[in-house]
Amino acid sequence: MEKIKSFQGLILALQDYWAKQGCLILQPYDMEMGAGTFNPATTLRTLGPDDWKVAYVQPSRRPTDGRYGENPNRLQMHHQFQVIVKPSPENSQDLYLNSLLAIGIDPNKHDLRFVEDDWESPTLGAWGLGWEIWCDGMEISQYTYFQQVGGLDCSPVSLELTYGLERLAMYVLDVDNVYDMPYNDDGYTYGQVFLRNEQQMSAYNFEFADTDQLFQQFVFAEKSCRFLLDQKLSLPAYEQCMKASHTFNLLDSRGVISVLERQGYIQRVRTLAKGCCEVWAENISGNISENIAA
Amino acid sequence: MSDLLIELFQEEVPARMQVAAEESFERLVIERLKADGIAYETCDAYSTPRRIALHITGLPAAREDVTEELKGPSISAPEQALAGFLKKAGLASADQLTRRDIKGTEYYFYESVKKGGPTIEILGSLIADAITNMPWPKSMRWGHGTVRWVRPFHSVVALFDGKIVEGEFAISPDKSIKFGNITRGHRFMGSKADFEVNSFADYRKKLEENFVLLDRATRKKIIWDGVCQQAAQAGHGYKALEDEKLLEEVVGLVEWPVPFLGSFDREFLRIPQEVITTSMRENQRYFSVLDNNRELSNHFICVANVIPDDDGKTIIHGNQKVLRARLSDARFFWEQDLKHNLETYLPRLEQIRFHEKLGMMSEKVARLEKLAAMIAEMTDADLAKSVRAAHLCKADLVTGMVREFPELQGVMGAYYARGGAHRTPRDAYDEGLDVSTAIHTHYSPAGPNDSCPTAPVSVVVALADKIDTLVGFFSIGEKPTGSKDPFALRRAALGIIRLIIENRLTLDLTPVLKMAASLYNVPLPEDIEPFILDRFKVLMKGKDFSHNIIEAVTGDSLLDMKNRIEQISEFLDTDKGMDFVSATKRAINILENEEKKSDQKISQDISEGSLIEPEEKELYRVLISIVPKVQEQISLGHYDEAMSCFAGIKDQVDLFFDKVVVNDNDPDIRANRLAMLSQIRKFTGMIADFSRL
Repeated sequence: MEKIKSFQGLILALQDYWAKQGCLILQPYDMEMGAGTFNPATTLRTLGPDDWKVAYVQPSRRPTDGRYGENPNRLQMHHQFQVIVKPSPENSQDLYLNSLLAIGIDPNKHDLRFVEDDWESPTLGAWGLGWEIWCDGMEISQYTYFQQVGGLDCSPVSLELTYGLERLAMYVLDVDNVYDMPYNDDGYTYGQVFLRNEQQMSAYNFEFADTDQLFQQFVFAEKSCRFLLDQKLSLPAYEQCMKASHTFNLLDSRGVISVLERQGYIQRVRTLAKGCCEVWAENISGNISENIAA
Repeated sequence: MSDLLIELFQEEVPARMQVAAEESFERLVIERLKADGIAYETCDAYSTPRRIALHITGLPAAREDVTEELKGPSISAPEQALAGFLKKAGLASADQLTRRDIKGTEYYFYESVKKGGPTIEILGSLIADAITNMPWPKSMRWGHGTVRWVRPFHSVVALFDGKIVEGEFAISPDKSIKFGNITRGHRFMGSKADFEVNSFADYRKKLEENFVLLDRATRKKIIWDGVCQQAAQAGHGYKALEDEKLLEEVVGLVEWPVPFLGSFDREFLRIPQEVITTSMRENQRYFSVLDNNRELSNHFICVANVIPDDDGKTIIHGNQKVLRARLSDARFFWEQDLKHNLETYLPRLEQIRFHEKLGMMSEKVARLEKLAAMIAEMTDADLAKSVRAAHLCKADLVTGMVREFPELQGVMGAYYARGGAHRTPRDAYDEGLDVSTAIHTHYSPAGPNDSCPTAPVSVVVALADKIDTLVGFFSIGEKPTGSKDPFALRRAALGIIRLIIENRLTLDLTPVLKMAASLYNVPLPEDIEPFILDRFKVLMKGKDFSHNIIEAVTGDSLLDMKNRIEQISEFLDTDKGMDFVSATKRAINILENEEKKSDQKISQDISEGSLIEPEEKELYRVLISIVPKVQEQISLGHYDEAMSCFAGIKDQVDLFFDKVVVNDNDPDIRANRLAMLSQIRKFTGMIADFSRL
């Protein structure tokens, strides 16, 4: 067990551990999204019968959580470390606990707990059962056995592990302010890398994002997604679905969506996500459309 | 005698499901034992986060053959009857049937023999069936499995007198869990290797050696003792805040409880106490610690599931850090919320739904104001304050704190209505104590054990809120059915009843309910008053009043009915009371018999001139003499006094029944005597329908 000294040290240790467990290490998806679950490596790949083992970092954007860099632990963009193992193995819990050991969390010193937490993503039409994992009273991971995605049954069931990296790193490194956290072992801080992003992006998210354009973008993404679904192109269609989802999040943080409208928008994104999942699932079961065959 | 041990081992079962899981599994196994005619002495169920166990003693090692005779149709019955009987008995032909004569008719009989044998042989399928039929509130699949369970299922111990019960539980078409004798201990502190067990005593002992306390009661005691000990260490006279619900939950979160004491910055104590305890309980499952003045202290107790190798230094440090972040958040909400007075939150209620079909919260508030005005006038409460409190009572729903902690609704509104501090209101913004208290308590009573608001303005708003809810949901047909009451309408009705009777309000509900309905622009739902009346009767039965008395009573208001029930019950406990009822019942019974015969209701005035016998003249005299007093006492609500008046003429009534024949041959005389009885029925009937007693 090596002592983790920095944010990137934590990422490297997790990547190393999960690579050794046979996971493909993917690079972050190059689009804005709210959580690692949105990445098609999770959303689409957890459907269908094929084995799938991946781990990746996903920058995750939550525009409403931005605090202009003034709050010690709230960020409009944080990083999630996401692991998918399909099918979920017999020794899932041991695999997870050993990953904690790999980043220096010793179960003989800490109080580790599996506390009921049923996960649901209304926008993805996805749900699963599992726990939030507590370390000394703090939630350090989300642990889920995927039951449905896009309204479709997951068979076999995937294990999804999500580590909130900033929060976990602050805990392992015992720092109280995220911006003071060492980014590497040579004195760079998290603040040096991301403080300006938080300040400027908070201003954008809350004040300057052009809402008229965003409303139009939402409609455009929705339309494109439908068109691409008609062509049976699930991956590009899904990208448009992610765009719609992020656009909705931005509109939400600009405060221009009422409580009532919110439900409507979530419903619209879910319809897109379901469509993408259905087309993806059709493709794997052999009904590949002529567009792709040609 | 033999005993059976079963352990189901799975990944962490949610704390809230464990006790129900124990009970269900026990029920499923016992039901099957009974169905198979297997007796037992004791059955105990156990659960920890990872296991559900059952220990049954006094089982027979083997069962005898059981012969059962089935009676079939008569031999002359149509063929279909015989075919049906053969099918029921599982036979292909009538060869195995015998015939026997019963009272001159010959019938078919079949002697079915249930083979006995060693009990262990049937246990395998019995246990597998119980597992298959386990009802989980939420269940899931895992891996390639097709079966559903609460969380992934790993192993089953099934031992009958130390021998493994042969059996298995299929988790997918090609994979099963075979029953065995192997289990494991605490996830971190137990032996790394799995271990064998050979009896219940051995199982329990080995678990304990491996840091698992099987017994919930033991864990509970250790937790609470430990929590109290830790609290005492925080300071002289310091005590843990009792919290049964939290304690139960913690019992389900640990296999080996180890309580630790932590603290937080005193600075945070400026946040309302309810906020701190709620955050500690709901988010962190910590126990709160009260100082020697019973005020919240800056300490907390967390219960770990491990004996750490550094005396808990790391665990306490970690938990303090988490709590600091939580309380900082809470303080942030508190300070943000206080930047505006309560009034400014109201427009946002236009965006919060009360119910899909019942409109927005802002509309509810508008209705509450009108209802509160009406109820305030009817109950002599301060009109302006009642309307003001109704106006503001829902405003806290859109504050940051209540959005974070919904259970603090009302509580936060009360703080914010006084500008943040209960005891030292700021001059700048203060709605006053009456309004603030009304906001605080308007959800009460929220259950049979919750206290009932008593301050007049509070009572008004609490009533208005519940009446509006009840009328609204009844108007859209959302009534409670069976065990389903998703909108807690029974609780709302009970709340209305308790508010009225505990505060001794003579409030007539009907006009208020009508007003509530008109505010929704609907006619008053017909079933709503019977529903309230029904809940009232349930409440009264719960207070041990006799069913018959409750059913005999009607009244102008719930309070009036309650008074009648109480006074009649008390009066009936006396000798006078018993006499009164028997005499009254006798009179009413005679009348009812006569009415049945003539199919006509008897109620005539007594003609004094037609009275003949001295006993009837005397009864008439005393009856006339007590009537004014009876009427007066009834109008004052003194039903016991009114009943006493009747009891006072007991002798005259008795003599009348002894000496006077009601059924005289002369129809006029007979009618006059019946009229006398009808007067008794009429005046006692103003108290209750005593014929129902």
